[in-house]
Amino acid sequence: MTATSLVRKKRVSPNQRFIRLLKREASPTEYLVMTLMALFTMLPIVYMVSTAFKPLEEMFLYPPRFFVRHPTGRNFIELLLAIDSLSVPFSRYMFNSLFVSITTVAASVIISSMAAYPLAKYPRMPGGKLFFSIVVSALMFAPEVTQIPRYLIVDQLKMIDTYWGLIVPALAGSYGLFLMKQFMEQLPIELIEAAKVDGASELRIFFQIVMPLVRPAWITLIIFSFIGTWNDFFTPLIFTRSEQMKTLPLIMSSIGGGPGVVARWGAVAAASLVVTLPTLIIFVLLQRYVMQTMAYSGIKS
Amino acid sequence: MAETISRPLRRESGTLNQSFTQRWSAVRYAWKQYKTMYLFMLPFIVLFIVFVIAPVITAVYLSFTYFNMLEPPRWIGLSNYRLLFLEDDIFLTAIKNTLLFSLITGPLGYMISFALAWFINRLRYRQVYTLAFYAPSITSGIAMSVIWLYLFANDRYGLLNYLLIEIGLITEPVAWLQEQSTILPVIIIISLWMSMGTSFLVFLAGLQSVPQELYEAGMVDGISNALQEVFYITLPVMKPQLLFGAVMAIVNSFAVFQIAAQVAGVPSPLYAGHTIVAHLYMHGFIQFEMGYASAVAVVLFVMTFLLGRMAMRLFSERG
Repeated sequence: MTATSLVRKKRVSPNQRFIRLLKREASPTEYLVMTLMALFTMLPIVYMVSTAFKPLEEMFLYPPRFFVRHPTGRNFIELLLAIDSLSVPFSRYMFNSLFVSITTVAASVIISSMAAYPLAKYPRMPGGKLFFSIVVSALMFAPEVTQIPRYLIVDQLKMIDTYWGLIVPALAGSYGLFLMKQFMEQLPIELIEAAKVDGASELRIFFQIVMPLVRPAWITLIIFSFIGTWNDFFTPLIFTRSEQMKTLPLIMSSIGGGPGVVARWGAVAAASLVVTLPTLIIFVLLQRYVMQTMAYSGIKS
Repeated sequence: MAETISRPLRRESGTLNQSFTQRWSAVRYAWKQYKTMYLFMLPFIVLFIVFVIAPVITAVYLSFTYFNMLEPPRWIGLSNYRLLFLEDDIFLTAIKNTLLFSLITGPLGYMISFALAWFINRLRYRQVYTLAFYAPSITSGIAMSVIWLYLFANDRYGLLNYLLIEIGLITEPVAWLQEQSTILPVIIIISLWMSMGTSFLVFLAGLQSVPQELYEAGMVDGISNALQEVFYITLPVMKPQLLFGAVMAIVNSFAVFQIAAQVAGVPSPLYAGHTIVAHLYMHGFIQFEMGYASAVAVVLFVMTFLLGRMAMRLFSERG
């Protein structure tokens, strides 16, 4: 903000200034700069999409090209064939990834919402504050810290190389509880009390009143949880042994065969798109609920 | 005689009993009143104890032992820590790299996230802009590594090398992912690219939830420009979201590993991209020195935990 613009602002009548700030209008310069930055940020992803459709000879062209010239679907066919030559069909990896992600998301939304509700709406419940502060502390260290003992525990529970091992430990995430509690606190307590006067049970209140009201919040949680599980590389790497239990991110290393292997470069490029696409799709589909979360979170009791 | 001795004793045990029964009845009362609520929390509590609290305690215990997964852990006291800090030069490199990385990406990523959220909040077509900046953080790290290996390729076929040679900034291709001086900067750039993540969205949500009346009131109180508005109204109201973002930034930047591992390998050339978690992974899951790796984990735990606490104090004081 330069001195002249400040002076100019002062000449504007308070009423106009008020309206301008209230409407939060951005200047054309802001639009231009933000658009350029957005485009620049998207470059690597655009490049990934473009590479996935490049025929092999274009990949090793000199000078290197950013965009594809003769798009082809061959890489995707090669991906299917490459996976077929491994012992497990591609569909199995796809199923594993989808099954593990969807189950984890569903279970963690219910479990963390149920735990968040008492913490948000019954602040006088003994032990609640203590428990929440422990959960918040758990936000403060990386999951990597507990990787080794968690492996030993999962091993003890005989969950190694099962779906249980990929799903159950992921349900103890403190992010979900934290977010749900934050959003639920903004619900008016009168609603819950009114329902109680009407004789509704806590379970009914929770599922029929609270959960529908905080829908944008748990849809936001669905997005975070799905992306986290879908992209998770180290959990399946450590907790699975057989090829049948592996998830999509792990096939990247199987078909690539490590850096320097040229033969399946096309399949790898196609796989990178296949692995990345679902998270982008789910965000685009559910993004309007994230926007709604914003509107909802403005409600004050 | 017997009576005089036993009397005070009896009285004492009586008060003990009383306080015990009082406590017990308080517990019983709490249970009676909040029974359903405790049951609501039960699944999460069980999972949390088994997969978070128990592992933390186990990690601390294992860090004092020698444990290779084949024999039961053997207590060796502080040896792991002594080795770690006094003799393991690679660990000191890992700490140095992690600190350097965190000091740059932590604050920078945090500020960029807030600034972008703030600007997006003023624009139309918010969803499009949000998607553009958020998308990198939800791409699969391993899938993107394919792209980075090509963009930062060591020869003339690498897009970055080609561009820089064309412009005339360099004459010979740079081995971005093999040279000691460029590995860490490349990791930092990729991390910054991916740093508009969860906290970026939380910031956006927070900006929307600031009640309009506050801005109106601020205007009446003489706030005249956007910067004042941010500092006197937006930031104080958004304290919970900002704290969340700060904790995320600290934890994520100290846990840097995936990107480093996928573009530079474990161990990276001359340990130029070696981080604390890389050290943990190398000793734990490649060399199976679980006790030693646990000591690394405990050091990381203490570091992030202290910083997280500091962030919390900072935010509560600003109130």
